Amino acid sequence: MKHAIKAAEAAELIPDGSTLLIGGFMGVGSPHRLIDAIVDKGAKDLTVVANDTAMPGRGIGKLVTAGCLSKVVASHIGLNPETQQKMISGEIEVDLVPQGTLVERIRAAGVGLGGILTPTGIGTLVADGKQTVSVNGEDFLLEEPIPGDFALIAAHQADYVGNLEYSLTAHNFNPIMALAGATVIAEPHTIVPIGVISPDSVKTPGILVDYLLERQPDGS
Amino acid sequence: MEAKEIIARRVAQEIEPDTLVNLGIGLPSMVANYLPKEVHVFFQAENGVIGLGARPPEGMEDPDLTDAGGGFVTAVPGAASIDSAMSFGLIRGGHLDMTVLGGLQIDERGYLANWMIPGKMVPGMGGAMDLVAGAKHVVVAMVHTAKGKPKILKECNLPLTAQRRVSLIVTEMAVIEPTEAGLVLKETGPDASVDDVISATEASLIVQGDVPKMRL
Repeated sequence: MKHAIKAAEAAELIPDGSTLLIGGFMGVGSPHRLIDAIVDKGAKDLTVVANDTAMPGRGIGKLVTAGCLSKVVASHIGLNPETQQKMISGEIEVDLVPQGTLVERIRAAGVGLGGILTPTGIGTLVADGKQTVSVNGEDFLLEEPIPGDFALIAAHQADYVGNLEYSLTAHNFNPIMALAGATVIAEPHTIVPIGVISPDSVKTPGILVDYLLERQPDGS
Repeated sequence: MEAKEIIARRVAQEIEPDTLVNLGIGLPSMVANYLPKEVHVFFQAENGVIGLGARPPEGMEDPDLTDAGGGFVTAVPGAASIDSAMSFGLIRGGHLDMTVLGGLQIDERGYLANWMIPGKMVPGMGGAMDLVAGAKHVVVAMVHTAKGKPKILKECNLPLTAQRRVSLIVTEMAVIEPTEAGLVLKETGPDASVDDVISATEASLIVQGDVPKMRL
């Protein structure tokens, strides 16, 4: 049985300077209540690893606006002009990583692999400073794992032991990041009794989840 | 016919039935509008759905179901929702039959640049590098020139998206197939002659015999 905590309590667990893996794709499948609580707390100097920084006023975009971030590792920041401005002004360091490489680097950290070999990025700027490994005559880039101090996960449903089920395109990076955070905080839409989520539907086993956010007061 | 419609109509003819196809944001996404009804394909949105459907009726949008541009969509019967590792596993693993992407520049070898303009536009590559590296067929859908300047060049001066020859380039002026020997002009657009295409293209084009017009 997990103990369910409030968003503000979850935010207090996260020290300034931490590296956060945050689920979501343009704000879809992001843990919005957790993000709001981190903004409210006035967190500083965070590194966020995420697919993108959404847009101003939405999801991870709120952390950008509030000045909580010193570094972003993402595949795309094109729809958030604030991230681009802060990158140009030097306030936020931005490391751009191809989307498929990003998810596999996070996965590598979560599943005990020393890195991945990918053809993506060969012959491009992404290859700069990286080792190329030849396997059976084909070249691959060696890409290193990306672990997080915390993984902030949005899920459709959780049960009392923390098993998670996801919805449609709100899966995205969430099930992978749940493997790679030293501490995993999950924000489900709803929490249901044990047994309601079929074992076949569980995408993230509850043993990976350290904290569950309590149900939203309005139950939505 | 507007340039973008010519391009989208022509690219739609490249799509084979019963395949998995990924359409990029913008012009490439228009291709779906011109697919014959009898041709069944699954469209992949790399953010996590195979079997992308049309926009839902107003008020029926599901906040958990969007395309890679963040727009609300539906899922067709037979659809599957997947996480990003599965999505890009399909892309890199050779399970994606075709991707249609926009382009900023293409060089004589058929290498594409479409993800950044240093000092001006640095949005990030998103899924573009994986798509170009991994899809079985890479079709570039773009207008032939930018402000009158050729986009098909001897060498790209923008950073490359991948060091891989794309399969086909479709513009409003031409269909061009990059090959080992160079860029082969396969068809011309409804309003373009072979000479028009050559003069709007910096890269050398291989012209073999009579070049047919696009049939749209």
